[in-house]
Amino acid sequence: MAMTEVQDQLEGNVGIGDLAPRVRQDTMLINMGPQHPSTHGVLRLQLELDGETVVKCTPHIGYVHTGIEKTIENRTWQQAVTCTDRMDYLCPLINNLGYALAVEKLLGCEIPPRAQVARVILSELTRLASHLVWLGTHAIDLGAMSVFLYCFREREGIMDLFDLTTGQRMMTSYIRVGGLALDLHPDFPERTAQFCRAFPAHIDEYEALLTNNEIWQERTQGVGVITKEQAIALGVTGPSLRATGFEWDLRKQQPYTGFEQYDFVVPTRTAGDCYARYQVRIQEMRESVKIIEQALSKLPGGPFRTSDRRVALPPRMEINTSMESLIHHFKLVTEGVRVPAGEVYVAVESPRGELGFYVVSDGTNHPYRCHVREPSFVNLQALPPMMEGRLIADAVACIGSLDPVIGGTDR
Amino acid sequence: MSIEAKPEQAETADTRHPAAQRLDAALPGALHRTLEQRGQTVLVVDRERIRDVLASLRDDPALRFGMLADLTAVDYLGMDREPRFNVVYNLLSFANNNRVTVKVEVPEGDEVVPSVTPDWPTANWLEREVFDMMGIRFSGHPDLRRILMPHDWQTNPQRKDVPLGEEPVAFSDNVPPNEPA
Repeated sequence: MAMTEVQDQLEGNVGIGDLAPRVRQDTMLINMGPQHPSTHGVLRLQLELDGETVVKCTPHIGYVHTGIEKTIENRTWQQAVTCTDRMDYLCPLINNLGYALAVEKLLGCEIPPRAQVARVILSELTRLASHLVWLGTHAIDLGAMSVFLYCFREREGIMDLFDLTTGQRMMTSYIRVGGLALDLHPDFPERTAQFCRAFPAHIDEYEALLTNNEIWQERTQGVGVITKEQAIALGVTGPSLRATGFEWDLRKQQPYTGFEQYDFVVPTRTAGDCYARYQVRIQEMRESVKIIEQALSKLPGGPFRTSDRRVALPPRMEINTSMESLIHHFKLVTEGVRVPAGEVYVAVESPRGELGFYVVSDGTNHPYRCHVREPSFVNLQALPPMMEGRLIADAVACIGSLDPVIGGTDR
Repeated sequence: MSIEAKPEQAETADTRHPAAQRLDAALPGALHRTLEQRGQTVLVVDRERIRDVLASLRDDPALRFGMLADLTAVDYLGMDREPRFNVVYNLLSFANNNRVTVKVEVPEGDEVVPSVTPDWPTANWLEREVFDMMGIRFSGHPDLRRILMPHDWQTNPQRKDVPLGEEPVAFSDNVPPNEPA
């Protein structure tokens, strides 16, 4: 079969007839993914190569689209929390938090201090767990096998902490509208403190393996460069934006759930390459440990759920004595929370950038519309400008350094 | 000393969000109405002038909404609300550290909105997602095709008249019993 026919077939396969005239005859089209270990999920890239240089990169996503936004519309407000876990499966608690904050903003309900501090601890632990998976997989993609093993060793420790207090390793659904699902496990603060004491030494280990490693530097320095202007135009947020020299972290700029009370630095680098993104994330892990330690030292007692009766169940004693409380309890359990009509956009800083929830309520017991601005989805648009004009061998470094989670992009 | 404003001052003072005031001055008639709720501002603007509106909000030295944080759409089918669709743009200003929501209204049967991708590269995939999920077309988009659903998919799943997907399970109540030959 002639080469052109192969190309036509490839084009026909993906149904992008409009793009066909742009395919040059002296280049080669290759398909990377969706089942490729370094695409971190089922991301498919159509690469047009001139020799070993990538001329054009076309990402194709949607292979794990599960209609989560549609599903949320068909659940009650509290049930929908479980859907948010399953989007970006590496940071379930931050997804829970973003959704809960959006609904709480619609409700206008106050969250008790214990729940606020617990939310900070949990979201920073999630950030650590997510960055550890990123570092391990990014390193293994570029040939540094041992880093992967070390990272997953520490991640297991965080998973055990989640298991202890939420009952789940990954699909936690622990941060609910109005507070937390359960109170923190009595052993959780002490075991988290133990983890935090040990963890900085482990970051030193990863750095000893990578930061001054000549091969690592050769593979990442000057690779996948985007400028600050490009990043902003493409909507890139999170560590990838901070690696271009722009200090923008929602925890600092638009603090939520009490982040303004903690002392931490927003690390930035100016190179905008894969190495800069690596450095930013390593520093972020150190800062997250600092935040967790501060939060643990001030973790107050008291309720872990709001006392707002639109969300909270009446206490048992009241149900025994008051008919109205019994009816209220019955309505909340069977129908669920009713949220006043309105719409809000609330954003939190996920390990990948701005995670936004645009939630519309029509005043009933289920969300009317819930759109999720997934940082993985938006950041992935920066992949073609990073890769085009560079060697195909750098493609893997670029994907890894953007840290996309395909469960998040596809939802 | 009274803290009440004098009536004539109250009438002349424009208490709306600065974005609404600046937009009204820059593009008269483009802003249809302003909604304030839960501390967030929503500007409902003219559909045909959305590109000018967003560019004006970005380039105004007092506003500088430098990033299009989010772009999505809502289907208000059966909500006693005309027109049926809203396309929602969420802008973020790094300089002033604030956000504003801009909306355009899109009637059923004429689901076309000018694309803002030429001005905002980030809108590329976001508009494709709205096209895929809601069936709203963006005129002037460089590469408008489905992004999440398979390219031969027939419906726009996020529309309210498309039911939640499910596969029927064959059971005695929906499969006719085998007739003897």
